[in-house]
Amino acid sequence: MIGLASYLVFFLIQALIYSVVSLGLNLQWGYTGLFNIGVAGFFLIGSYTFAILCGPPYATHLGGFGLPWTVGVVAAIALSALGGLIVGLPTLRLREDYLAIATIGIAVTLQLVALNARGLTGGSRGAESIPRPFAELVSSNLWNNVVYMLLMVLIVVVIYFALEAMVRSPWGRVLKAIREDEPAASSLGKNPFVFRLQAFVIGCAIMGLGGALNASFVGFIAPTDFLPIFTFEIWAMLIVGGSGNNRGAVLGSVLVWALWTGTGSLTQAILPSGLQVKGGALQIILTGLVLMLMLILRPRGLMGEEAVVSRDADVGGDVAAAASIQESR
Amino acid sequence: MSADGKVALTVDQVVAGYVPGVDILRGIDLQVAPREIVTVLGPNGAGKSTLIKVIAGLLRVRSGGVRLFGEDISHLPAHRMMARGVGYVPQTQNVFPKLTVEENLEMGAYVRRSELRKGLHQAYELFPDLARMRRQAAGRLSGGQRQMVAIARALMLQPRLMLLDEPSAGLSPLLVNHVFDKVREVRDIGVTILIVEQNAKAALAISDRGYVLSEGQDRISGPAQELLENPEVGELYLGARKGLA
Amino acid sequence: MGQYIADGIILGATLSLGAIGLTLTFKILRFANFAHGELLTFGAYFALTLSTVLAVGAPLGTLSFGWGFILVILLAAVLTAVLAIVVDWLVYRILRRSDIVATIVIASFGASLMLRNIVVFIWGPQPEYYFHSIAIAKQILPGVRVTADEIFVVVLAAVLMVALHLFLTRTRAGKAMRAVSDNALLAQVTGINVQNIIRLMWVVGGTLAAIGGVFYGITVQVGPNMGFNLILPMFAAAILGGIGSVYGAVLGGMVIGLAESVSVFWIDPAYKPAVAFLLMFVMLLVYPGGLLGERA
Repeated sequence: MIGLASYLVFFLIQALIYSVVSLGLNLQWGYTGLFNIGVAGFFLIGSYTFAILCGPPYATHLGGFGLPWTVGVVAAIALSALGGLIVGLPTLRLREDYLAIATIGIAVTLQLVALNARGLTGGSRGAESIPRPFAELVSSNLWNNVVYMLLMVLIVVVIYFALEAMVRSPWGRVLKAIREDEPAASSLGKNPFVFRLQAFVIGCAIMGLGGALNASFVGFIAPTDFLPIFTFEIWAMLIVGGSGNNRGAVLGSVLVWALWTGTGSLTQAILPSGLQVKGGALQIILTGLVLMLMLILRPRGLMGEEAVVSRDADVGGDVAAAASIQESR
Repeated sequence: MSADGKVALTVDQVVAGYVPGVDILRGIDLQVAPREIVTVLGPNGAGKSTLIKVIAGLLRVRSGGVRLFGEDISHLPAHRMMARGVGYVPQTQNVFPKLTVEENLEMGAYVRRSELRKGLHQAYELFPDLARMRRQAAGRLSGGQRQMVAIARALMLQPRLMLLDEPSAGLSPLLVNHVFDKVREVRDIGVTILIVEQNAKAALAISDRGYVLSEGQDRISGPAQELLENPEVGELYLGARKGLA
Repeated sequence: MGQYIADGIILGATLSLGAIGLTLTFKILRFANFAHGELLTFGAYFALTLSTVLAVGAPLGTLSFGWGFILVILLAAVLTAVLAIVVDWLVYRILRRSDIVATIVIASFGASLMLRNIVVFIWGPQPEYYFHSIAIAKQILPGVRVTADEIFVVVLAAVLMVALHLFLTRTRAGKAMRAVSDNALLAQVTGINVQNIIRLMWVVGGTLAAIGGVFYGITVQVGPNMGFNLILPMFAAAILGGIGSVYGAVLGGMVIGLAESVSVFWIDPAYKPAVAFLLMFVMLLVYPGGLLGERA
């Protein structure tokens, strides 16, 4: 019973950490239409920032500042926001695909840095013994997890309500207007680039926060945590839950994380140990399949997109142009 | 039906639109006789471009029918329409900019490969300027030259009917007359022509008959000369023009 | 230095072939296909399996392989083209109807991961080699040593590029493909069957990607992540050359190949994969149209 409860707590904490990151992506993709497939990179910035600032002194790499938990979290948010600013400035003016390519490039580059800049990150061996908050107050591992879970619930609720307030504010309505009809939005005197950049940077900051929370919870990070598969999982979560819907982002995170761990245990249970690597591959294939089916059958996700702005009928001549590549009748 | 035998194009009570529930065309009737030039006029938003897209097969008919020499073509997709002898010259982006002039013309004969040589010969005869520029990329030509390439390209099909969407758009008055002279030459080799235009004067000057659309319906029709002199046409127009300014 | 330039050209051959398909997809279907790298991977693995099944014959001269391997490459290309069409039919064709362009890019990202793991599932995660003999490098210029296999790769890449040029400028189908990439709507009303051209595009892109993958397998090694590791340099090549320009993709592939290879003079080789990305980033900043792209 305790075993199951502690597993559930563990599961929920992970799902909530994913929820934080998905909420960040939802602001970028769901509400602004920004196509970030370098989520792992911003998550990485947050993780390592926190580890370096709050972790113990490391023999071979930077650390030992012993800063308080909150300082580490704030720094993680600030640095990933800065990363978002640097990537967003040159690319947000270009076609959406360029942002995709640029963000994945950043993620790959950062992962290379994590792997090779041993003096900074510890290289392939990663950074360990990253502290948790309240560790000295609650000694039991289970209760410590429960406290952390409550903290995560609090953080997700705060982010959720903050994002809801933002997307319903005039600022959020401009975002959506830009996403749906950029020329119309710019003709109203709103500079789409500035709004996009703001949304992108805030989204990256939230991803960085997720990274810090993850590093603090797991206590150990390594470059392999930040491979493109991480970005893929977050996207799957958002698409399954329903992009453009913050509740969907959270729901999707829980469901896809359940699917991910479920298929993981299943393949582990079924396949003999010699085939474990193939089991891992199968796990990714199955999750990919769910994402694909979702995209094809229910592109708006389980929750669907919430109407924040009333849609005006858009009667345009470019319907024919948009149909240009469509199937012939 | 028997009357259709002498009619090149019949548009019969056509209703169409882009967005569900919003009809742009609300029951249009129109006929074009073989070797006739007919101009469809109307203020912005009257449904002119929509009408031409319906005839070209780019937009589905919601109700009503389109017949080409008596044959129902209202449910054919665009690329099938070409094989039936409908040449379409869109208003904008009507050439392949990176292809040479000659390659543009070749694409015009894509569905009728056997006609390629004959078509090229005919096109260069009708548009001698293009023969000189055959190896140039079409994207580097002037607006007027591009319009010629577009018309010549549509002619490569040896079409029975040619649809022109605002051929005068963006051209200087001198060029407009030149383009319309060429349109008349195209008719003279046996092609039936339907033009959709805002520039009423220039278009009606070469046309046999005209229709005036307003709010998705044909309001006035008659011989070109009559329409030019009809004060009601001027009113519909001037009113719309004022509204635009 | 000369050696690094030679190595850069050899890598450039793979990148150029891959970038051609990428730029065509970007221009004709208007999306960045992240699964394009996996076409290289599959091409390489198809050839791996075929070369064990078919008799490749005795090695020709100083090459590591016999005539049969040419047949193997061709068959691998055919299989990869079929795979490209199947993926398009199963996924992209359906998503093209969606009004959101980016959905299809996400799908391609997902397809990339799935295909990569299908490779792991079928062939396993370990790196593979086509030939187990060690190719002997000969000095062709002072300080430049290359193997006969590498010369084969560069020569065949050049032949393929000339063939592609002739296809695009001399054949009816090639011209129609350029027409669709220029203006798909006009192509449609001209009577060109755009769906057929899209299939043709996958055949061309898939074939060249497969051969690029085999080249990488010959000159480096075959592995499940090879295509993914090459996708960024290929994107960089396509963007550097100018999106939509086939000649730009070839040029971009060579520039990126050379830059990555020569970069080891200045930076830690571990960061080689980031070089392509940095070049692309700079290009996007100063001249987003690319070297041979359209003026905006």
